[in-house]
Amino acid sequence: MKEKLVVIGNGMAGMRTVEEILKHDAERFDITVFGAEPRENYNRIMLSPVLSGEKSYEDIIINTREWYIENDITLFAGDPVTVIDRDAKTVTSARGETFAYDKLLLATGSDPFIIPVPGTDLEGVVTFRDLDDVNRMLDAAKKGRNAVVIGGGLLGLEAAVGLKANGMDVTVVHLMDTLMERQLDEAAGYLLASELKNRGLDVRTKANTKAILGSEKVTGLELDDGTVIDADLVVMAVGIKPNVTLARQAELDIARGVLVDDQMQTSDSDIFAVGECVEHRGATYGLVAPLYEMGKVLAEHLVGGNGVAYQGSVTSTKLKVTGVDVFSAGDFSGGEGADDIVFRDASRGVYKRIVVRDNKIEGAVLYGDAKDGAWYFQLMKDDTDISELRDTIVFGQAYAGGVQADPSAAVAALADDAEICGCNGISKGDIVTAITENGLSTLEEVKAHTKASASCGGCSGLVEQVLALTLGDEYEVQTVKPMCGCTSHSHDDVRRLIVAKDMKSIPEVLQELEWSTPDGCPSCRPALNYYLLCAHPGEYVDDSQSRFINERAHANIQKDGTFSVVPRMWGGMTSADELRAIADVVDKYDIPAVKVTGGQRLDLFGVEKKDLPGVWADLNAAGMVSGHAYGKSLRTVKTCAGSQWCRFGTQDAIEMGIALEQMAWGSWTPHKFKMAVSGCPRNCAEATIKDFGVVAVDSGYELHVGGNGGIEVRVTDYLCTVETEEEVLEYCGAYMQLYREEGRYLERTAPWVERVGLDHIKAHVVEDAEKRAGLYKRFIASQEALQEDPWAERARGGKDKHEFTPLKVVA
Amino acid sequence: MWMEIGTINDIPKLGARVVESAAGDIAVFRTADDEIFALYDRCPHKGGALSQGIVHGKAVACPLHNWNIDLNTGDVLGPDNGCARTVAVSLNGDVIRLQMPDVKTQDFKAQDLKATGTNG
Repeated sequence: MKEKLVVIGNGMAGMRTVEEILKHDAERFDITVFGAEPRENYNRIMLSPVLSGEKSYEDIIINTREWYIENDITLFAGDPVTVIDRDAKTVTSARGETFAYDKLLLATGSDPFIIPVPGTDLEGVVTFRDLDDVNRMLDAAKKGRNAVVIGGGLLGLEAAVGLKANGMDVTVVHLMDTLMERQLDEAAGYLLASELKNRGLDVRTKANTKAILGSEKVTGLELDDGTVIDADLVVMAVGIKPNVTLARQAELDIARGVLVDDQMQTSDSDIFAVGECVEHRGATYGLVAPLYEMGKVLAEHLVGGNGVAYQGSVTSTKLKVTGVDVFSAGDFSGGEGADDIVFRDASRGVYKRIVVRDNKIEGAVLYGDAKDGAWYFQLMKDDTDISELRDTIVFGQAYAGGVQADPSAAVAALADDAEICGCNGISKGDIVTAITENGLSTLEEVKAHTKASASCGGCSGLVEQVLALTLGDEYEVQTVKPMCGCTSHSHDDVRRLIVAKDMKSIPEVLQELEWSTPDGCPSCRPALNYYLLCAHPGEYVDDSQSRFINERAHANIQKDGTFSVVPRMWGGMTSADELRAIADVVDKYDIPAVKVTGGQRLDLFGVEKKDLPGVWADLNAAGMVSGHAYGKSLRTVKTCAGSQWCRFGTQDAIEMGIALEQMAWGSWTPHKFKMAVSGCPRNCAEATIKDFGVVAVDSGYELHVGGNGGIEVRVTDYLCTVETEEEVLEYCGAYMQLYREEGRYLERTAPWVERVGLDHIKAHVVEDAEKRAGLYKRFIASQEALQEDPWAERARGGKDKHEFTPLKVVA
Repeated sequence: MWMEIGTINDIPKLGARVVESAAGDIAVFRTADDEIFALYDRCPHKGGALSQGIVHGKAVACPLHNWNIDLNTGDVLGPDNGCARTVAVSLNGDVIRLQMPDVKTQDFKAQDLKATGTNG
């Protein structure tokens, strides 16, 4: 019979301990976990990026539900333990589940500290501890304008920046005179405050909260000097205190936290505790690295390791705010016998301070350039004598001992026991061993095997360096490809950040994402214009100067500088009136050539640019609109004769094609988008090499996606079969919208489908009716703003007149 | 001969307009920070109309094959070689003036500028 281990707390400390136990001996315990939150185990330190929109909840899940099942762990999520009966050796949960234990692990974490002022129970006053808090803040950001964050420490500042990213006006109220005073000295705190002010945050130090104002809902905050600050949301982030409620009920020894010895054992020899709830040798911890060190020690102890002991942790801190590089470690109070080595570069906003005592590093504060943080931290933890390095130490590892300023040389110079991942305590040697023993070749694999860079991700660059050094030429760098030479961000990052930071214009994106060119380039500007247009339908003002000439002039430029004009022929149908009007236009404007296109319409070649509005006016008069043959947009919907005429036709392909074209015309897409409808499996409309193809069968319509007839021919993938015309429209709209939202600019559907996989598309368009309906709704909503004929706007409306007239004609 | 051809407001920011002259089309560009440049509207590569390109920084990308041309010097930027002919510009307040070429003294004929064919 296995020993029963009950874990109270489904957070980072508890689950890390369980992972460590499983690693040593997966068969040892019968494990049951109780968690207060109704969800799987996630990476709490990554809640800040979730708040700012840079990551989603799914990105920060550590162990999925499947993991619990695979490892035979019983999880009660959303059912906290309320009673421990030490005599009977049982625990009882809020829902009344009673479980016996042989060993009990307390990992109850901490609670946010609530300052004792009036008004903390008002609606709109929240803490920043779990995903529910983040959702409450996101919700408040949608409704309100003003947010006040009480507390200018790590958590408070991350909350403030996150709320700002959600469009709120944010004031930070901090009691002390320096931000993050526990981690930063005055100079670094000052630089940080200036940076945050530059980003539009109102930072008030030496500000003591007197009361939170409001009757039911919060309306403001009053400081003790009488200042009142308006607030729709107040975030309390002044600190945490160990959660000892259960330990107190069970009458375990407690001081500030649950008291534990070096084996993490409490005053009851069958009850252990790890994480933020414990007090060890007089210290409590609120950072992730010490929790993991505790978990490791406890796991070894529980599976029978002798002599393992937790010695306490030396900690270092990094602020997780995109674009703000801050690092601190150790004691930097200085004082008698301590020397300061200081480097300042005011124009770049760089400040580094190394505190040295007896030729050993006692503490370090880095602002603006924190890449050497890990190195200083290692020297500090190892008590390394730095007298030899002293002259150059402040310039970082690259200059120590004359090593070249080459990042891989710096990593090569690291000793095997040098720590790479501070969160998880993974050394260079651990990573090298994992790579060579398991034949790893990617960052993701290293992450999965060692956990290095799996928590805050700050060391992923270093891990890649270790991979490169270990594998030599075999290593292919898997770095994301930047959008263009103007930025280091990838297409996907830029899109995500446009939505997350609610950016509304190209200049705003260039500024916020620190573009290296003043106004972008011909490669990124059209992409940004599309991403903004897709993110803010009906609201974004199209920037015509960021469109290629064809989309700016709504016609196709030819090699001689003339243009070609393709009117829309719905589903490939035309009429005597339309043909007559086209013939008249050809005569009137002396158009040299008319060609039948591959998409079942007519192309008028050789039109002078200044004649375009006139040509369009005449075509409009006969009921014709732009065919968008020039755009990254819906092109044509090709059809066969279908059941209206063909003796083999099973469905009305022409009517279906017209309905699709009328739904989708005018939409802008990452690249051109072509459709076809065939009335029977003979497929005369060649629907299986289109971006979206419909092949009618007796029972309905087969839908096909991701085809291409261009440079690289690709046959479509079969998506599904539907029964009605309405369903074809809904599936088509949903699929187009998914492509519009996920496709990278200038990526056709064929490579997109191959990149994301057909399963992904099925999951959104076929298998989940709710997702499909949402996509379709967003597509139709954005079409409302786009289905205005650009030709009519320019022909009769006189829009963009400058585009079609010379500035001056000189005789 | 300096000639007034319009005002800065006639040209969109990061855009261009064309002045038609006996010596051929001249493209007049406006940058994001309101500098004005002028080039013959003809890419040294295949004669593409530079006025139809995307303006970025102090350069324009030709609409035909994306060659980048320095607006100040007319030089082709990057790996390709060539040079578009510049036209002197002055901006006085809002008013743009060009130093119009005297067709008779040019070392090329206006005809050459139209020599890229018309597709019939």
